[in-house]
Amino acid sequence: MEKDVKNPRSERSRSLEEIFEARIARDEKIEPKDWMPEKYRKTHIRQMSQHAHSEIIGMLPEGNWITRAPSLRRKAALLAKVQDEAGHGLYLYSACETLGISRDELYEQLHSGKAKYSSIFNYPTVTWADMGAIGWLVDGAAIINQVPLCNTSFGPYARAMVRVCKEESFHQRQGYEIMLKLCNGTPEQKEMAQDALNRWWWPSLMMLGPTDDKSVHTEQSMKWKLKRKTNDELRQQFIDQTVPQADILGLTIPDPDLKRNEETGHYDFGEIDWEEFWQVVKGHGPCNKKRMKARVDAWENGAWVRDAAMAYAEKQEKKNLKKAI
Amino acid sequence: MSKNWPLWEIFVRSKNGLEHRHFGSLHAADAEMALANARDVYTRRMEGVSIWVVESKHITASNPENNGELFEPAQDKIYRHPTFYELPDDVKHM
Repeated sequence: MEKDVKNPRSERSRSLEEIFEARIARDEKIEPKDWMPEKYRKTHIRQMSQHAHSEIIGMLPEGNWITRAPSLRRKAALLAKVQDEAGHGLYLYSACETLGISRDELYEQLHSGKAKYSSIFNYPTVTWADMGAIGWLVDGAAIINQVPLCNTSFGPYARAMVRVCKEESFHQRQGYEIMLKLCNGTPEQKEMAQDALNRWWWPSLMMLGPTDDKSVHTEQSMKWKLKRKTNDELRQQFIDQTVPQADILGLTIPDPDLKRNEETGHYDFGEIDWEEFWQVVKGHGPCNKKRMKARVDAWENGAWVRDAAMAYAEKQEKKNLKKAI
Repeated sequence: MSKNWPLWEIFVRSKNGLEHRHFGSLHAADAEMALANARDVYTRRMEGVSIWVVESKHITASNPENNGELFEPAQDKIYRHPTFYELPDDVKHM
Protein backbone atom coordinates (compact mmCIF):
# COMPACT_ATOMS: atom_id res chain seq x y z
CA MET A 1 0.00 0.00 0.00
CA GLU A 2 2.64 2.47 1.11
CA LYS A 3 4.61 2.04 -2.08
CA ASP A 4 1.81 3.55 -4.13
CA VAL A 5 2.08 6.88 -2.38
CA LYS A 6 5.38 8.36 -3.44
CA ASN A 7 5.45 11.35 -1.16
CA PRO A 8 2.68 11.14 1.39
CA ARG A 9 3.64 14.35 3.15
CA SER A 10 3.38 16.55 0.05
CA GLU A 11 0.18 14.78 -1.00
CA ARG A 12 -1.34 15.64 2.34
CA SER A 13 -0.20 19.25 2.35
CA ARG A 14 -1.46 19.77 -1.16
CA SER A 15 -4.89 18.64 -0.18
CA LEU A 16 -4.80 20.88 2.90
CA GLU A 17 -3.89 23.76 0.66
CA GLU A 18 -6.69 22.90 -1.74
CA ILE A 19 -9.18 22.81 1.11
CA PHE A 20 -7.84 26.16 2.28
CA GLU A 21 -8.09 27.82 -1.13
CA ALA A 22 -11.61 26.46 -1.53
CA ARG A 23 -12.64 27.99 1.80
CA ILE A 24 -11.44 31.41 0.66
CA ALA A 25 -13.14 30.99 -2.71
CA ARG A 26 -16.40 30.33 -0.80
CA ASP A 27 -15.86 33.62 1.06
CA GLU A 28 -15.21 31.84 4.36
CA LYS A 29 -12.99 33.73 6.79
CA ILE A 30 -9.69 32.37 8.01
CA GLU A 31 -9.08 32.74 11.75
CA PRO A 32 -5.65 32.79 13.43
CA LYS A 33 -5.60 29.20 14.71
CA ASP A 34 -6.83 27.68 11.44
CA TRP A 35 -4.36 25.84 9.26
CA MET A 36 -2.91 28.15 6.62
CA PRO A 37 -0.10 27.92 4.08
CA GLU A 38 3.13 29.46 5.35
CA LYS A 39 3.06 31.88 2.42
CA TYR A 40 -0.38 33.13 3.45
CA ARG A 41 0.88 33.77 6.98
CA LYS A 42 4.04 35.55 5.79
CA THR A 43 2.22 37.67 3.22
CA HIS A 44 -0.29 38.77 5.84
CA ILE A 45 2.38 39.61 8.38
CA ARG A 46 4.14 41.65 5.71
CA GLN A 47 1.09 43.56 4.53
CA MET A 48 -0.55 44.08 7.94
CA SER A 49 2.66 45.21 9.61
CA GLN A 50 3.45 47.53 6.71
CA HIS A 51 -0.02 48.95 7.14
CA ALA A 52 0.45 49.35 10.91
CA HIS A 53 3.86 50.98 10.46
CA SER A 54 2.32 53.43 7.97
CA GLU A 55 -0.25 54.50 10.55
CA ILE A 56 2.46 55.04 13.16
CA ILE A 57 4.90 56.90 10.90
CA GLY A 58 1.92 58.71 9.36
CA MET A 59 1.42 60.55 12.66
CA LEU A 60 4.73 62.37 12.26
CA PRO A 61 4.07 64.68 9.27
CA GLU A 62 0.80 65.85 10.83
CA GLY A 63 2.09 65.97 14.38
CA ASN A 64 4.35 68.69 13.02
CA TRP A 65 1.36 71.09 12.81
CA ILE A 66 -0.64 70.31 15.96
CA THR A 67 0.94 73.06 18.03
CA ARG A 68 0.58 75.56 15.17
CA ALA A 69 -2.97 74.84 14.06
CA PRO A 70 -4.69 78.14 13.21
CA SER A 71 -7.64 77.72 15.59
CA LEU A 72 -8.77 75.61 18.52
CA ARG A 73 -11.33 73.87 16.29
CA ARG A 74 -8.62 72.86 13.81
CA LYS A 75 -6.28 71.83 16.59
CA ALA A 76 -8.83 69.58 18.30
CA ALA A 77 -9.68 67.94 14.97
CA LEU A 78 -6.06 67.38 13.97
CA LEU A 79 -5.24 66.00 17.39
CA ALA A 80 -8.18 63.59 17.15
CA LYS A 81 -7.08 62.52 13.67
CA VAL A 82 -3.53 61.81 14.78
CA GLN A 83 -4.85 59.94 17.81
CA ASP A 84 -7.00 57.81 15.47
CA GLU A 85 -3.89 56.98 13.49
CA ALA A 86 -2.18 55.73 16.66
CA GLY A 87 -5.32 53.67 17.32
CA HIS A 88 -5.35 52.27 13.79
CA GLY A 89 -1.71 51.28 14.15
CA LEU A 90 -2.57 49.48 17.38
CA TYR A 91 -5.58 47.61 15.90
CA LEU A 92 -3.37 46.45 13.06
CA TYR A 93 -0.40 45.46 15.21
CA SER A 94 -2.60 43.34 17.45
CA ALA A 95 -4.30 41.74 14.43
CA CYS A 96 -0.83 40.98 13.08
CA GLU A 97 0.28 39.44 16.38
CA THR A 98 -2.45 36.80 16.09
CA LEU A 99 -0.25 35.25 13.39
CA GLY A 100 2.43 34.48 15.96
CA ILE A 101 4.83 37.39 15.59
CA SER A 102 5.53 39.54 18.66
CA ARG A 103 5.10 43.29 18.89
CA ASP A 104 8.81 43.60 19.61
CA GLU A 105 9.73 41.77 16.43
CA LEU A 106 7.39 44.03 14.47
CA TYR A 107 8.97 47.17 15.93
CA GLU A 108 12.42 45.76 15.35
CA GLN A 109 11.58 45.24 11.66
CA LEU A 110 10.41 48.84 11.37
CA HIS A 111 13.36 50.32 13.22
CA SER A 112 15.96 48.31 11.33
CA GLY A 113 14.42 49.28 7.99
CA LYS A 114 13.56 45.66 7.17
CA ALA A 115 9.85 46.48 7.05
CA LYS A 116 8.51 49.28 4.88
CA TYR A 117 5.84 51.90 5.45
CA SER A 118 3.95 53.99 2.94
CA SER A 119 6.39 56.22 1.07
CA ILE A 120 4.07 59.20 1.15
CA PHE A 121 5.09 59.95 4.73
CA ASN A 122 8.63 60.69 3.61
CA TYR A 123 7.51 64.02 2.18
CA PRO A 124 7.69 67.15 4.35
CA THR A 125 4.70 69.17 5.58
CA VAL A 126 5.87 72.72 5.00
CA THR A 127 2.65 74.75 5.29
CA TRP A 128 -0.70 74.49 7.07
CA ALA A 129 -2.31 73.74 3.69
CA ASP A 130 -0.46 70.42 3.74
CA MET A 131 -2.81 69.33 6.54
CA GLY A 132 -5.67 69.95 4.14
CA ALA A 133 -3.99 68.20 1.22
CA ILE A 134 -3.03 65.17 3.32
CA GLY A 135 -6.54 64.69 4.65
CA TRP A 136 -8.13 65.20 1.25
CA LEU A 137 -5.66 63.32 -0.97
CA VAL A 138 -3.61 60.96 1.19
CA ASP A 139 -6.53 59.82 3.32
CA GLY A 140 -8.68 59.77 0.19
CA ALA A 141 -6.27 57.39 -1.53
CA ALA A 142 -5.94 55.36 1.69
CA ILE A 143 -9.72 54.92 1.90
CA ILE A 144 -9.85 53.64 -1.68
CA ASN A 145 -7.15 51.14 -0.77
CA GLN A 146 -8.73 50.13 2.52
CA VAL A 147 -12.45 49.77 1.88
CA PRO A 148 -12.03 46.51 -0.09
CA LEU A 149 -9.94 45.15 2.80
CA CYS A 150 -13.03 45.08 5.04
CA ASN A 151 -13.91 41.90 3.10
CA THR A 152 -10.48 40.34 3.07
CA SER A 153 -10.14 36.65 3.95
CA PHE A 154 -8.19 36.95 7.21
CA GLY A 155 -10.72 37.60 9.99
CA PRO A 156 -8.65 39.79 12.35
CA TYR A 157 -7.49 42.00 9.46
CA ALA A 158 -11.01 42.39 8.07
CA ARG A 159 -12.38 43.30 11.52
CA ALA A 160 -9.62 45.85 12.14
CA MET A 161 -10.28 47.39 8.74
CA VAL A 162 -13.99 47.80 9.41
CA ARG A 163 -13.10 49.95 12.42
CA VAL A 164 -10.40 51.84 10.54
CA CYS A 165 -12.66 52.67 7.59
CA LYS A 166 -15.48 53.87 9.83
CA GLU A 167 -13.13 56.31 11.53
CA GLU A 168 -11.24 57.37 8.44
CA SER A 169 -14.09 59.19 6.71
CA PHE A 170 -13.86 62.11 9.13
CA HIS A 171 -10.16 62.39 8.29
CA GLN A 172 -10.83 63.08 4.66
CA ARG A 173 -13.67 65.48 5.31
CA GLN A 174 -11.64 67.55 7.78
CA GLY A 175 -8.84 67.80 5.19
CA TYR A 176 -11.17 68.89 2.44
CA GLU A 177 -12.74 71.46 4.75
CA ILE A 178 -9.30 72.97 5.41
CA MET A 179 -8.73 73.23 1.64
CA LEU A 180 -12.17 74.75 1.13
CA LYS A 181 -11.55 77.39 3.77
CA LEU A 182 -8.19 78.33 2.27
CA CYS A 183 -9.63 78.45 -1.26
CA ASN A 184 -12.35 80.82 -0.12
CA GLY A 185 -9.83 82.97 1.74
CA THR A 186 -7.27 85.56 0.64
CA PRO A 187 -5.33 85.12 -2.64
CA GLU A 188 -2.30 84.12 -0.56
CA GLN A 189 -4.29 81.42 1.20
CA LYS A 190 -5.62 80.07 -2.07
CA GLU A 191 -2.10 80.05 -3.46
CA MET A 192 -1.00 78.07 -0.44
CA ALA A 193 -3.73 75.49 -1.12
CA GLN A 194 -2.69 75.24 -4.79
CA ASP A 195 0.93 74.80 -3.79
CA ALA A 196 0.00 71.96 -1.42
CA LEU A 197 -2.01 70.24 -4.16
CA ASN A 198 0.94 70.63 -6.54
CA ARG A 199 3.25 68.88 -4.12
CA TRP A 200 0.89 66.10 -2.89
CA TRP A 201 -0.87 65.13 -6.11
CA TRP A 202 1.75 62.89 -7.69
CA PRO A 203 2.90 61.20 -4.47
CA SER A 204 -0.79 60.45 -3.75
CA LEU A 205 -1.14 58.71 -7.12
CA MET A 206 2.01 56.70 -6.36
CA MET A 207 0.50 55.66 -3.03
CA LEU A 208 -1.82 53.30 -4.86
CA GLY A 209 1.21 51.23 -5.80
CA PRO A 210 3.24 50.36 -8.91
CA THR A 211 1.43 49.81 -12.21
CA ASP A 212 -0.14 46.39 -12.65
CA ASP A 213 2.60 45.11 -14.96
CA LYS A 214 5.20 45.93 -12.27
CA SER A 215 3.25 44.77 -9.23
CA VAL A 216 4.67 41.45 -8.04
CA HIS A 217 2.07 40.45 -5.47
CA THR A 218 -1.18 41.34 -7.23
CA GLU A 219 -2.20 37.93 -8.57
CA GLN A 220 -1.72 36.04 -5.30
CA SER A 221 -3.28 38.87 -3.30
CA MET A 222 -6.38 38.88 -5.51
CA LYS A 223 -6.81 35.15 -4.85
CA TRP A 224 -6.62 35.66 -1.09
CA LYS A 225 -8.90 38.69 -1.30
CA LEU A 226 -6.14 40.88 0.12
CA LYS A 227 -6.88 42.84 -3.02
CA ARG A 228 -10.14 43.17 -4.90
CA LYS A 229 -9.03 45.63 -7.54
CA THR A 230 -5.65 46.15 -9.17
CA ASN A 231 -3.45 49.16 -8.44
CA ASP A 232 -4.28 50.74 -11.79
CA GLU A 233 -8.02 50.31 -11.24
CA LEU A 234 -7.76 51.88 -7.79
CA ARG A 235 -5.69 54.77 -9.16
CA GLN A 236 -8.25 55.46 -11.88
CA GLN A 237 -11.03 55.41 -9.28
CA PHE A 238 -9.10 57.88 -7.13
CA ILE A 239 -8.47 60.26 -10.03
CA ASP A 240 -12.06 60.08 -11.25
CA GLN A 241 -13.45 60.97 -7.86
CA THR A 242 -10.85 63.60 -6.96
CA VAL A 243 -10.81 65.77 -10.09
CA PRO A 244 -14.39 67.06 -9.59
CA GLN A 245 -13.51 67.80 -5.95
CA ALA A 246 -10.59 69.95 -7.13
CA ASP A 247 -12.98 71.76 -9.47
CA ILE A 248 -15.22 72.66 -6.55
CA LEU A 249 -12.20 74.10 -4.75
CA GLY A 250 -11.25 76.04 -7.89
CA LEU A 251 -7.80 74.42 -7.88
CA THR A 252 -5.86 73.06 -10.83
CA ILE A 253 -4.51 69.51 -10.79
CA PRO A 254 -0.82 69.76 -11.72
CA ASP A 255 -1.06 67.50 -14.77
CA PRO A 256 -1.26 69.11 -18.23
CA ASP A 257 -2.29 65.75 -19.73
CA LEU A 258 -5.29 65.32 -17.45
CA LYS A 259 -8.42 65.21 -19.58
CA ARG A 260 -11.82 63.60 -19.41
CA ASN A 261 -12.11 60.83 -21.95
CA GLU A 262 -15.67 60.98 -23.26
CA GLU A 263 -15.42 57.47 -24.65
CA THR A 264 -14.38 55.69 -21.45
CA GLY A 265 -15.98 58.14 -19.03
CA HIS A 266 -12.67 58.21 -17.11
CA TYR A 267 -9.93 60.80 -16.84
CA ASP A 268 -6.78 60.19 -18.87
CA PHE A 269 -3.69 61.33 -17.02
CA GLY A 270 0.00 61.96 -17.55
CA GLU A 271 3.04 59.82 -16.91
CA ILE A 272 3.87 59.14 -13.25
CA ASP A 273 7.52 59.58 -12.32
CA TRP A 274 8.18 56.05 -11.03
CA GLU A 275 11.87 56.78 -10.71
CA GLU A 276 10.96 59.21 -7.90
CA PHE A 277 8.74 56.57 -6.30
CA TRP A 278 11.48 53.94 -6.21
CA GLN A 279 14.02 56.44 -4.91
CA VAL A 280 11.75 57.27 -1.97
CA VAL A 281 11.02 53.57 -1.34
CA LYS A 282 14.75 52.90 -1.27
CA GLY A 283 15.23 55.52 1.43
CA HIS A 284 16.21 58.58 -0.60
CA GLY A 285 13.03 60.62 -0.08
CA PRO A 286 13.21 64.08 1.50
CA CYS A 287 12.37 62.86 5.04
CA ASN A 288 13.14 59.12 5.27
CA LYS A 289 15.98 59.60 7.75
CA LYS A 290 14.12 62.20 9.79
CA ARG A 291 11.03 59.96 10.14
CA MET A 292 13.02 56.93 11.21
CA LYS A 293 15.07 58.95 13.66
CA ALA A 294 11.94 60.44 15.26
CA ARG A 295 10.42 56.96 15.57
CA VAL A 296 13.55 55.25 16.96
CA ASP A 297 14.21 58.13 19.38
CA ALA A 298 10.65 57.95 20.69
CA TRP A 299 11.00 54.21 21.24
CA GLU A 300 14.41 54.41 22.90
CA ASN A 301 13.65 57.44 25.03
CA GLY A 302 10.48 55.77 26.23
CA ALA A 303 12.28 52.61 27.33
CA TRP A 304 12.67 53.73 30.95
CA VAL A 305 8.95 54.47 31.18
CA ARG A 306 8.04 51.00 29.91
CA ASP A 307 10.54 49.40 32.30
CA ALA A 308 9.29 51.45 35.26
CA ALA A 309 5.67 50.51 34.53
CA MET A 310 6.60 46.84 34.34
CA ALA A 311 8.64 47.00 37.56
CA TYR A 312 5.73 48.70 39.33
CA ALA A 313 3.28 46.08 38.08
CA GLU A 314 5.53 43.27 39.29
CA LYS A 315 5.97 44.89 42.67
CA GLN A 316 2.22 45.29 43.10
CA GLU A 317 1.66 41.67 42.17
CA LYS A 318 4.20 40.48 44.74
CA LYS A 319 2.55 42.64 47.38
CA ASN A 320 -0.86 41.17 46.60
CA LEU A 321 0.58 37.67 46.70
CA LYS A 322 2.05 38.28 50.16
CA LYS A 323 -1.27 39.61 51.41
CA ALA A 324 -2.99 36.46 50.16
CA ILE A 325 -0.55 34.25 52.08
CA MET B 1 16.98 43.14 30.02
CA SER B 2 13.73 44.99 29.70
CA LYS B 3 10.59 42.88 29.79
CA ASN B 4 7.79 43.28 27.28
CA TRP B 5 4.39 44.33 28.48
CA PRO B 6 2.00 41.38 28.39
CA LEU B 7 -0.90 41.12 25.95
CA TRP B 8 -4.50 41.70 27.09
CA GLU B 9 -7.78 40.84 25.40
CA ILE B 10 -10.38 43.60 25.47
CA PHE B 11 -14.12 43.05 25.79
CA VAL B 12 -16.56 45.96 25.52
CA ARG B 13 -20.26 46.22 26.35
CA SER B 14 -21.56 48.68 23.79
CA LYS B 15 -24.69 49.49 25.80
CA ASN B 16 -26.57 48.14 28.79
CA GLY B 17 -28.65 45.16 27.83
CA LEU B 18 -26.00 43.78 25.48
CA GLU B 19 -23.20 41.37 26.32
CA HIS B 20 -19.51 42.26 26.33
CA ARG B 21 -18.00 41.50 22.96
CA HIS B 22 -14.36 40.89 22.00
CA PHE B 23 -12.96 44.08 20.46
CA GLY B 24 -9.28 43.27 20.07
CA SER B 25 -6.14 43.22 22.16
CA LEU B 26 -3.39 45.51 23.41
CA HIS B 27 -0.26 45.55 25.54
CA ALA B 28 -0.15 46.94 29.08
CA ALA B 29 1.96 46.49 32.19
CA ASP B 30 -1.00 45.66 34.44
CA ALA B 31 -4.78 45.41 34.48
CA GLU B 32 -5.31 49.03 35.44
CA MET B 33 -3.20 50.24 32.54
CA ALA B 34 -4.93 47.78 30.22
CA LEU B 35 -8.26 49.38 31.15
CA ALA B 36 -6.92 52.89 30.59
CA ASN B 37 -5.40 51.94 27.23
CA ALA B 38 -8.55 50.08 26.16
CA ARG B 39 -10.55 53.22 26.78
CA ASP B 40 -8.26 55.21 24.46
CA VAL B 41 -7.81 52.53 21.80
CA TYR B 42 -11.30 51.04 21.56
CA THR B 43 -13.83 53.59 22.84
CA ARG B 44 -12.90 56.96 21.32
CA ARG B 45 -16.40 57.34 19.84
CA MET B 46 -18.75 56.22 22.59
CA GLU B 47 -18.48 52.56 21.55
CA GLY B 48 -18.88 51.31 25.09
CA VAL B 49 -20.26 51.64 28.60
CA SER B 50 -18.20 48.91 30.21
CA ILE B 51 -14.81 47.29 29.56
CA TRP B 52 -13.36 43.93 30.64
CA VAL B 53 -9.67 43.18 30.28
CA VAL B 54 -8.26 39.67 30.53
CA GLU B 55 -4.61 38.80 30.18
CA SER B 56 -4.40 36.76 26.98
CA LYS B 57 -2.45 33.92 28.60
CA HIS B 58 -5.47 33.12 30.79
CA ILE B 59 -7.67 32.26 27.81
CA THR B 60 -7.81 28.62 26.80
CA ALA B 61 -9.03 28.18 23.26
CA SER B 62 -10.28 25.10 21.43
CA ASN B 63 -8.15 23.89 18.56
CA PRO B 64 -9.77 24.17 15.11
CA GLU B 65 -8.16 20.81 14.26
CA ASN B 66 -10.56 19.23 16.76
CA ASN B 67 -13.60 20.94 15.31
CA GLY B 68 -14.87 17.68 13.91
CA GLU B 69 -15.11 15.81 17.20
CA LEU B 70 -16.18 18.94 19.09
CA PHE B 71 -18.93 20.30 16.91
CA GLU B 72 -20.03 17.70 14.39
CA PRO B 73 -21.93 15.48 16.86
CA ALA B 74 -24.52 18.27 17.10
CA GLN B 75 -25.29 17.96 13.39
CA ASP B 76 -27.24 14.67 13.63
CA LYS B 77 -29.27 15.68 16.66
CA ILE B 78 -32.01 17.41 14.79
CA TYR B 79 -34.48 16.31 17.48
CA ARG B 80 -33.11 19.21 19.52
CA HIS B 81 -34.92 21.57 17.16
CA PRO B 82 -38.66 22.25 17.31
CA THR B 83 -39.20 21.61 13.59
CA PHE B 84 -38.30 17.92 14.12
CA TYR B 85 -41.70 17.28 15.67
CA GLU B 86 -44.67 16.93 13.36
CA LEU B 87 -47.95 18.28 14.66
CA PRO B 88 -51.29 18.82 12.93
CA ASP B 89 -51.85 22.36 11.59
CA ASP B 90 -54.85 22.74 13.91
CA VAL B 91 -52.59 22.97 16.92
CA LYS B 92 -51.98 26.66 17.55
CA HIS B 93 -49.48 28.54 19.67
CA MET B 94 -46.90 25.78 19.92
